[in-house]
Amino acid sequence: MLPLEKPQQVHRALAWQGEIPTYNIYTFGIAGERFFRELKEHGRFLGTRCPACHLLYVPPRIYCERCFASLEEWVEVPGRGTVFTFTLAYYDLDGRRLEHPDILALVRLEGAHGGVLHRLGEVEPGQVAIGMPVEAVLKPPQERRGSILDILYFRPTRR
Amino acid sequence: MPLRWTVNEFRGTPLRESDIPEGRVLSVRWDPNARYAWDAGIAIGRFLQGLKEGRILGVHCPSCRRTVVPPRIVCENCFRPLTQWVPLQDTGTVQTVSVCYVNWDASRRREPEFPAVIALDGASPGCGILHILGEVTPQTVRVGLRVRALWKPPQERTGAITDICYFRPL
Amino acid sequence: MPFRRVAVVGAGMTRFMRRALETPKELAFYATRMALDSCELTLKDIDGVILGSAPDAFDGVHRKGEYLIDGAGAFRKPVMRGYVGGGTGVWAVIQGWYHVASGLFDTVLVVCEEKMSSCYPHPQGAFNAIFDHTLERPLGTNLLWIFALEMHRYMATYGITERDIALVSVKNKRNGLDHPCSHVAGNITVDDVLQSEVMAWPVKRLDVSPTSDGAVALVMACEEKARRITHKPVWVEGIGWCLDTSYWTNRDLAYPVYVEKAARMAYKMAGIVDPRKQIDIVEPYDPFDYKELHHLEGLGFARRGEAPDLIASGVANRDGDLPVTPSGGLLGVGNPIAAAGLMKVAEIFWQLRGEAGKRQVPGKPRRGLAQAWGDLMQVGTVVVLGI
Repeated sequence: MLPLEKPQQVHRALAWQGEIPTYNIYTFGIAGERFFRELKEHGRFLGTRCPACHLLYVPPRIYCERCFASLEEWVEVPGRGTVFTFTLAYYDLDGRRLEHPDILALVRLEGAHGGVLHRLGEVEPGQVAIGMPVEAVLKPPQERRGSILDILYFRPTRR
Repeated sequence: MPLRWTVNEFRGTPLRESDIPEGRVLSVRWDPNARYAWDAGIAIGRFLQGLKEGRILGVHCPSCRRTVVPPRIVCENCFRPLTQWVPLQDTGTVQTVSVCYVNWDASRRREPEFPAVIALDGASPGCGILHILGEVTPQTVRVGLRVRALWKPPQERTGAITDICYFRPL
Repeated sequence: MPFRRVAVVGAGMTRFMRRALETPKELAFYATRMALDSCELTLKDIDGVILGSAPDAFDGVHRKGEYLIDGAGAFRKPVMRGYVGGGTGVWAVIQGWYHVASGLFDTVLVVCEEKMSSCYPHPQGAFNAIFDHTLERPLGTNLLWIFALEMHRYMATYGITERDIALVSVKNKRNGLDHPCSHVAGNITVDDVLQSEVMAWPVKRLDVSPTSDGAVALVMACEEKARRITHKPVWVEGIGWCLDTSYWTNRDLAYPVYVEKAARMAYKMAGIVDPRKQIDIVEPYDPFDYKELHHLEGLGFARRGEAPDLIASGVANRDGDLPVTPSGGLLGVGNPIAAAGLMKVAEIFWQLRGEAGKRQVPGKPRRGLAQAWGDLMQVGTVVVLGI
């Protein structure tokens, strides 16, 4: 059975159907607020550096998870990096088959520790490879809202 | 020597209620859209079937001699299987009751509702179920009130706790 | 005793807030870092981490324990998360205790965090799923029902009035004025409570603690380490916990027998035979004002139905013979569920060390008790601390 297959014949069991009708609104936190404001307003990527552990966190954090120092050194990083790993998703969230697969990639930004999960665009599935240099394509400034979706996708770096 | 603990160290950035809707801080919304079909299971399945037939069923434990409702397949006192099904009365005594003016999402109700724990006649003392009282007012509800179930007409029953519309004073 | 002595050696917390900008991880970091700083330790000194957090639905992260770990100082360390609803904050300390007492670890962090404000339309909506899905939720339940029903049963059984109960809210909100982390303190009167909006009678708005965001952290250590870390270790003298049946409509709602059982377990371990005489400060769980009374009775500080006398006579005031909730508690500081329970243990820690600032109870208290409560009104968790 596919993991996305829905439970069948629910009507045959004596069951009470219902939902937990809550939803969530998340704030981005101290580090997230600054990161996404910078992306929205200036189209720039920011990270925080831990001088002791020689790590550059992108997305940024206010503390180093390894030595627990408060991180106060903010640095700009370029919106480009390499594909660390990727997958081709042939089903959507409701289990429907997609004609063109979604290309999802973990992109490691240049010089950074960690990475950004996003879609790849302007590339055919067969051309994607681990290690491929990619760059972020942002929405036009007036459409940006301060969200991960302000990045449309990453595409192969144009030289 | 440890540092002195001082009040200046408490951190946190409180927001106002309006900061999110008015966009002063960034945020993202997520709807889990989590829908469920909760199986009634063995004991409650049989209990619901009883309700459909207009009967409230309990189970008797021959070991600790309690008759409990809601029914269950194991006695939590003795950890023995419960297999003796006993029909209970549809009358009982209010153990406790509230006059509730709020909904699940903390919004206000215009008319209150009256959730109560009702100890059913035929079950061991203090063995009750949760239900709603009807045909009462904030002035007339009280602990110790004797009540009887008001059933839906047989053809409208679905095998659910709501096959009992509410309990009303005898 | 077959186990090692364990002490609390450091504590930290964030402000409690209705809505925080910080992410849950960031809140956990503030509290954890403060706890480490307070005893001059670093992450390298920590062998394991205990996380306490109530339902995932509040933060809206369905692996909340794992999500929190880097903010809680648990990066690549043995970490475990425990959960017994509102009882979690004290339960986390119990877990910290047995990980050290057993000899498995020498030092642990105990971190509790809650960010309830993420949950819409109201955190109560997430709580609603604690009711039985087939027998109860179809009736249109809401969380306040169980509190209202229990409070009414307590009042009816012992002839206690809303006025008797309101005194708890007045005391705790007043005590909270001296807590720098509070977001719900105030000088109110009994009449303010009685005249506040009825939510689910007998529960009125000022009988209830708020929903809050916040985090609290403790550092616990074995005796040998504790004595090197600080000259003022606060020893865990007793622990106890107990859960009652989930069939809450079958229970005697007027008396929390499961709290009594938890307390007896802790008292036996601590060698306490008369808690009223042998314990100097109490921090019972007070999400609602009547719960403080309920718990004082379950913990053996008053006979059944007689806890209101402790409040009315002033015995429970901060300068009374048995200060009860000198922190301000959930009613006076705030209620980020698991963190609120841990805040109560932190308060005892600070009080016994004489570091509670404006909240300090006079007379150099030597022994205190913190208790939490939760799930479907069925769990009691108790810790006795002493110097």
